[in-house]
Amino acid sequence: MPTFEYAPAPESRAIVTIEKSYGLFIDGAFTRPKATFATINPADETVLAEVSQAGPKDVDKAVAAARRAYEGVWGTMSGAERGKYLFRIARILQERAREFAVLETLDNGKPIKETRDVDVPTAAAHFFYHAGWADKLEYAGLSAGGAEAPRPHGVVGQVIPWNFPLLMLAWKIAPALATGNTVVLKPAETTPLSALLFAEVCQQADLPAGVVNIITGDGRTGQALVEHPDVDKVAFTGSTEVGKMIARSIAGTSKKATLELGGKAANIVFDDAPIDQAVEGIVSGIFFNQGQVCCAGSRLLVQENVHDQVIAKLKRRLGTLRVGDPMDKNSDLGAINSKAQLDRITALVEAGVAEGAERWSPECSLPAKGFWFPPTVLTGVSQTHRVATEEIFGPVLSVLTFRTPQEAVAKANNTAYGLSAGVWTEKGSRILWMADQLKAGVVWANTFNRFDPTSPFGGYKESGYGREGGRHGLEAYVTTAPATSSTQLTGATR
Amino acid sequence: MVTVSTTTRSAQELTAQARDVLGVSRLTNSALTSWLHGLPGVDQVGCEGRAAALGTRSIKTTSKAWAIDTAIGMIDLTTLEGADTVGKVRSLCAKALVPDALDPTTPRPAAICVYGDMVATAKAALGDSGIHVAAVATAFPSGRASMPVKLADTRDAVEAGADEIDMVIDRGAFLSGDYLTVFNQIAEVKQACGDTHLKVIMETGELVTYDNVRRASYLSMLAGGDFIKTSTGKVQPAATLPVTLIMLEAVRDWRELTGVQVGVKPAGGIKTTKDAIKYLVMVSEIAGDDWMTPQWFRFGASSLLNDLLLQRQKLATGAYSGADYVTID
Repeated sequence: MPTFEYAPAPESRAIVTIEKSYGLFIDGAFTRPKATFATINPADETVLAEVSQAGPKDVDKAVAAARRAYEGVWGTMSGAERGKYLFRIARILQERAREFAVLETLDNGKPIKETRDVDVPTAAAHFFYHAGWADKLEYAGLSAGGAEAPRPHGVVGQVIPWNFPLLMLAWKIAPALATGNTVVLKPAETTPLSALLFAEVCQQADLPAGVVNIITGDGRTGQALVEHPDVDKVAFTGSTEVGKMIARSIAGTSKKATLELGGKAANIVFDDAPIDQAVEGIVSGIFFNQGQVCCAGSRLLVQENVHDQVIAKLKRRLGTLRVGDPMDKNSDLGAINSKAQLDRITALVEAGVAEGAERWSPECSLPAKGFWFPPTVLTGVSQTHRVATEEIFGPVLSVLTFRTPQEAVAKANNTAYGLSAGVWTEKGSRILWMADQLKAGVVWANTFNRFDPTSPFGGYKESGYGREGGRHGLEAYVTTAPATSSTQLTGATR
Repeated sequence: MVTVSTTTRSAQELTAQARDVLGVSRLTNSALTSWLHGLPGVDQVGCEGRAAALGTRSIKTTSKAWAIDTAIGMIDLTTLEGADTVGKVRSLCAKALVPDALDPTTPRPAAICVYGDMVATAKAALGDSGIHVAAVATAFPSGRASMPVKLADTRDAVEAGADEIDMVIDRGAFLSGDYLTVFNQIAEVKQACGDTHLKVIMETGELVTYDNVRRASYLSMLAGGDFIKTSTGKVQPAATLPVTLIMLEAVRDWRELTGVQVGVKPAGGIKTTKDAIKYLVMVSEIAGDDWMTPQWFRFGASSLLNDLLLQRQKLATGAYSGADYVTID
């Protein structure tokens, strides 16, 4: 029997130049590297570069630079002019797409086909989309009838996670700049490199100094940024645990905040679903980006009368997933981002098995070095198991069953989270009814994990508050409250 | 040498077997309708997305060389023109026998595909080379003729020595919901074929929806088709990746259901090596490597062969030659 073996098809890493060490990007220039720590390639544990740990004084400098840029140039610039800068950044991202894709894959561990086909193009799309809003904010319906025109908050402190480093940066920076705010952004400790490359893009685009500042570091840097008294608004994407800390630390201040936190999404498959496409949706729902996605479809709720058929098809499909070198263009699954995350996934799966779930993985050989976890299906999971309630944030699917639409809704909503959900059925009326019942910020119908800058994204309950993307996403970055002297900058949004 | 095995089946046997699969005592149009309409639906966006994603596989170096040779061996080299002459058919057969005079290691295509009246010419030209002769029949391409005419057309080609028959289904009957007529026609043609291999052309470009493609695939397999084939090549769109994806899922699931393996043949519009490789990726990842031979997968094509030969030369020499370095036949 002939078999179709795919020869290695590695993307070249020669396209991107990685410095030995990086400073911080403050006021339009890089500082000298100091107090550095290593960022590694999670696929083979080699050191990629040293980056600087920003201390409180660095945070002060970055926030001060952002304040100067806001008051001196960006806050008073016309919307049309701001839009030009955003369009320019978007085009540069497209031109340097391969460079970003390679760097992101090296630093994060996700497969090159995802950075190439999803992360980078979607990041560019966010800049294009928000560039278009920059001169139209007065017509975006952001002010209630007769209220003041929308104005920026001022300086925004942004802290982003490691699962989509560049894309989360784009989700944060594009709307902030479009609305006239200036930014201090801290990328995740384990994935700082694409943000530092983005700093180069800002220079290339001649973005005025201080409009975007990138400071690297661990949680202490993030905390110093969030708590800085001259930050007007905080935007955070990450774990619910850290989100709660941020909410506590800014309580009682005038800071605005949007928090996009964890999830435990239900992907609900009815017996009249297009089964083959549903299986694809289950796969992309939980194995896209190794399941390290806040809106991942980590709970499969499948109607009991098609459970066996769906699971059989799913297992066969998982047998064709290619796990391995993230730089190989044919890899479907790459490495887990860090040792800490791998340990967490391992521990939760063991807990699931101890509680009675049955564990299954397709045959796949994992590389000896690096952080790897095989695609895993847990069947026989009950609502009471930890793997049904806690966010695993890894390539692990928990399978539960239901009998009626009402039971599906009850189980889907029975979680502390509420970020996303998926519904698979050929019956349009049921899709609408389910979307109405599900307590989730995003409900996908006959698809999953689709992201578009025009569509708002955000959660219910412990999944956070505020929306990102779409017209709704602009709301978080503007105020229509009566102006105070410090924020009154005429023409800011025009 | 391509081997295809098929069993002689009478229409009566096929009907009895269909009753078993459906679990009914009498094969009626309503029984067929319930069964076909009970198949899971196809979501268009998801299906097209999956086909496009498989199209991004990167097939390089040794796997590319393997895929090119495999694809050449799966071609049904085709000429189906009103203007076909004995000379034209002989020339095409010569091409099949020696695809690349510069490189004797080049594999030969699986078959030559011609109209029924050219079967004898092709048989004589191909001799005992092992290259099959496939004949289109049953009032190809429209299928708009009475059943006796279609059967006579089939028998004529079989008697002339055709190894394989490519029939067309009655799309009018299918689209009007008369599945029993479609079933009976296929079963009767199968009976007329005897031990000649039967490919069933569904003309997916006229069926339009993926749900229809899935239903027609199941109906064709139920009625005894050895192969299901997308198109005549005379209707646009002809073969597409998503349509072939649905058919590959169908043959895969059919084998699980009945134990019987059925082949797949996309035909029409597949012109480049890049396209052919995308199809092979789909065969491998959807149906599985059990389908990765000319016995179970074919390309209906004419110009594809030359592009494969050019790419093959490029892999061997490291340089592209040009259209004048492969023969036009």
